[in-house]
Parts: sequence; C-alpha cells; structure tokens
Amino acid sequence: MRNAFADEVTQLAAADQRVILLSGDIGNRLFDKLRAQSPDRFLNCGVAEANMMGVAAGMGLCGLRPIVYTITPFTTTRCLEQIRVDVAYHESPVTIVGTGSGLSYASLGPTHHSLEDFAIFRAIPNIQILAPWDAPSLRSLLRQALAGSRPTYMRIGKKGEKSLVSIEQVPGIGHGLTVRQGKDVCIVAVGTMAAEALEAADQLTIQGIEAEVVLVHTVKPVPEALFADISARFDSIVTVEEHARIGGFGESLLSFLARQGVAKRVKVLGTGDEFLTVVGSQTYSRRYFGLDADSLVQAAENVCTSVDARRKC
Amino acid sequence: MRIAPTPQTFSQLEALARQLRFRVVRTSHLSGTPHLGSCLSCLDLLVYFYWNVLYIDPGAPAAPDRDRFVLSKGHAAPALFQVLAERGFYPIKNLDHYGENGSLFGEHPPTPSHLAGIEAATGSLGHGLPMGLGMALASRVKELPYRVYVVLSDGECNEGSVWEAALLAAAQKVNNLTIAIDYNKWQATGRSDEVLGLAPLADKWRAFGWCVSEVNGHSFDEINRTIHANESDPRPKAIIAHTIKGRGVSFMEDDNNWHYRIPNDEEVYRAAMELGIAEDDVNIKGHKRASHD
Repeated sequence: MRNAFADEVTQLAAADQRVILLSGDIGNRLFDKLRAQSPDRFLNCGVAEANMMGVAAGMGLCGLRPIVYTITPFTTTRCLEQIRVDVAYHESPVTIVGTGSGLSYASLGPTHHSLEDFAIFRAIPNIQILAPWDAPSLRSLLRQALAGSRPTYMRIGKKGEKSLVSIEQVPGIGHGLTVRQGKDVCIVAVGTMAAEALEAADQLTIQGIEAEVVLVHTVKPVPEALFADISARFDSIVTVEEHARIGGFGESLLSFLARQGVAKRVKVLGTGDEFLTVVGSQTYSRRYFGLDADSLVQAAENVCTSVDARRKC
Repeated sequence: MRIAPTPQTFSQLEALARQLRFRVVRTSHLSGTPHLGSCLSCLDLLVYFYWNVLYIDPGAPAAPDRDRFVLSKGHAAPALFQVLAERGFYPIKNLDHYGENGSLFGEHPPTPSHLAGIEAATGSLGHGLPMGLGMALASRVKELPYRVYVVLSDGECNEGSVWEAALLAAAQKVNNLTIAIDYNKWQATGRSDEVLGLAPLADKWRAFGWCVSEVNGHSFDEINRTIHANESDPRPKAIIAHTIKGRGVSFMEDDNNWHYRIPNDEEVYRAAMELGIAEDDVNIKGHKRASHD
C-alpha cells in the first residue's frame, strides 16, 4: 500500500495544484518522484507532528488540500489536539494518512501499534475514517477524499497486500463491497482484515458453512445502509478489525442493532484491552489477539451453532 | 484585489485604543468574561495591525489574497471581538449580546466559518503559530502575495508546538510571517520567567533563526518602526513586545489578579474615567446580568 500511496499522491499532485504532501521525516526515497515532479508540493516537516498538523490545517484554510503522512501513532495520538481543534473543528480539508497501522508494525512494539485510532476519531465530529484493504482501494479512497472537502483520516497498511479488486470495483465512501456471497453467516472485514476473512470463508465452505464476506473501508460515516442490509439478511454476523474491540467498528454495528431493537448473534473480533508486550510478526500478533483466519472460522462456527441451537429450542 | 490600509496617526490610534479598552472592560463587567489583563496588554498590538498594517477588506473577509491575522492567545478574544466590530466586520451592536446563551461572542474565538474576520479558532495555546505558518507557506503554492501576522502570549511559549513551528519557519525561510509576542511577564499563576525558563526570550528566537526586534508594545511609534525596518528581511520575524498586563487601567496594571477578576460597577466607572470616557457613555446601570447559569 505504501508504494501505491506514493504513486497515487504523485498523480494527484500532477492533476491538482492544491495537493501538497506533508511528511514527518519518513519515507526515505519513497516520494522522490513527487519531489522531482512537484518540488513545491512536498514538505518535510521534520519530527514535529503537532506543528505539522497545525500547518496542514492552516494550508487547508487557504485553499490547499494537504495530505499529512507519517507512522500511525505519530499522525494520530501524538498530535490529537491539533487534529481535533485545527483540522476537525475548523473543517479544514486535510487528509491524514497513517502508515503501518493496526498491527502492521507488530514487531516494533506498542509505541508503533495503532489499535485505538477508530475509537478516538469516531468520537470527534466532522472527520471521516477510512481503512482501505489493498492498493486499488487505497487509490480510490484517496481520490474520493480529495474530491470532497471533509477532514479525513485514513489508516493504511504497509507493503505487499494482495490486490483483491480493481479500482473500479471499490465502492464509494460509506459503502461496503460483497466479495463473496453466502447464506449462513456474514463476515464483515474492516480494511486489511479482508484477506483473513476470505481465507476463513474458504475454510468454512469445507465445513459446509456458506459465509458471505463484506469488505468495509469506511468506519465513519457509519455505513448504516450496509448494516440494515446485513441485519435483514443474516442472523449470524462476525466483524473483524485490526483494532481494539473497545470503541471499534464492531461496536458501531452493535450500537446500530441496539438502536433498531434488532436481536442478532454477533461476534466482534478485535484486540483486547491490553498492550502487546512481546515482539512478534503481524501474523503472530493477529493470532495472539484472535484475528487470524482460524479464529474467524471458529467465531463463525460459534455464531452459526448458537443460532441453530436456538432454532431447535 | 488587495486593499491597503489607510494608516491612522498615532494619536488617532491612541484614542481608538482608549475607546476599545473601555469597551473590553465594560463587556467583561456585563458578561462576566475574564482575561481582562491579557486583553489590555495586547490591545495596542491589535489596533496597530488592524488599522495600519493588514491588507483586509471587511466587505470581503474571505478574499484569497487578504492578509491573515491570527490571535494565537485566544483568551484575548474579547479584545479581538471589539477590534473586528470597530473595523467593520460586523455591527458593534452585535456585541450587545456578548456571552449570552447561543452567542458567538465569549471567551475564545469561533471558527472563520462562524464569524467573519476570524482566521483561527484559538483558545488552546500553541495552535495559532503552526496554523499561521501553514497559511504563510500556502501563499507560495497559491502564488498570492499575502502576509501572515500572529500574536502570541509569553505564557504560550511554554508550549512545545510553538518551538516546533519556529524551527520549520526558519528552515523554510518563511519571509511573509511576522509574530508579536505579548511579553507582559505574567502567565495564569505566576511570573512567566519563573514558571518556565523563558528568559532570555529574544535570544531564544534569534537562536532559532528568526529576525528579532524588541519594542515597547504600547508604543505605536516603536511598533511602526520595527515593522518597516524589517519588512524586507528574508527570515520569519519575531517582535518581542514588552507590555504591561492590564495596561491602561491603573489598578489593573501588572496585577495578575485581573487574569480572572471581573470588574464591578465602581471599577468600570473608575476605568472609564482614567481612559477619558465621557460619563454618559459609561452606561452600565441596569445592564448587568449573570453570565453563567
């Protein structure tokens, strides 16, 4: 995703004189093409994220479309007040991009994990929250964000995510994409959990469970039409996100169902209320928190079984 | 089209500043809005910028090529609100409802989209300079000739983001950014040189690569001279404005109680007399109301 991001920003900057990339002293050589093409539209703001976010907000108020880029904790919690006040309150058209989000940088330790960003931004008005699942969805969302003028937060992975759909197939902000149809259980995968969800669906087929897989890239605005559709068609739903269960996407579905007064069997998969204090790969860390394909299979089986059991009563 | 200011004489500015000082004191009394000391210490800077420096048109407050003024010490908004009204951004009578439930006029500025003339909704310290720097940098990309002016408090220089911005502005050689630090030597609970090691303040900004001057922040002549002397300097510019908290009202001057205190009827009257306001214009009887539910 990282390379696609650099390439897409370069293209967007060529097409739109308002686009400027602010980097927090990362991405060594990643933005060489952009710098060569549009030297006035790349600004290394140094290791000073609070200032960088304020600068971006000021630029946005003067007609530019700044994109702020650094590792996720440093472009979110490090400068949260600048995001809340300078960007969100002012409705400054800034696109905040966090790279290596979720557990992408698992081996770097909790300083570099981002498992609270959805929860924090969900509570802040005026800001939309996006989580692409692959390079084409990242490109599409970046274009959509810049075509609009809303403050945007986008968390992206790192490198080498498999492309799952073409850019034309990527739905608009606020919508989901059914990439596999099924009737027994619906797995809703947020952002980079897409590949694990598809793998889990394959495994479930072998066990005779037909799982629908819906990819979601928008955490806010809450995709309520999607929630309504899923809850009308399924009794069993599993959500999975590389984010804390507390305050995450799954909670927004639960909240929707509660407000509608609809009872469903829902399993929300996310990280627990703890820091991961040992090092490990992203695969290891997902398994630790029960976010891998095997854990998804188990969760799907459980919600299906309980529905079956209830029906027999 | 940029509208140049019509410079006022220093004596005209002084008369204006006395009038605005009184309105700030009176409004504090009527609405229960604090930070009088902070408002009075930077009021002369605001008057100078708004009448003699800024290329602004109250009739076109969102013109892309206008100069930007950011009051980074947002708690002095009561002074800014009076200045913007007098400068014609909205009718002075709009301030009659200052501090009432549902009003835009309170302790801190609302956003530009809510009130014409405001450039940034400050109030949390350390935000205005980075935002102003972003505005100044944007002029390069937009190829617009505007300048950006930011007024900070000395206490505000406690915030790390101020110094982050100072570093970037110097590295980028931002020549269309001028800050004035309202150096009244007080912050909320003590002397600003004692709470944190602020002094030597001018040397700090010099060391950060800025073009620095020190002036009496209540002397229009000195402010005027430093603005013009450094206009073509290629560096970002910092004016260390030595000021007196509560300036203009003898019993408020250099008394930090007026960071929070609200003047009573008698104190408003005394302030009015000191500021040369006609007795008929004091007009506070029967207007006082509770500011908070």
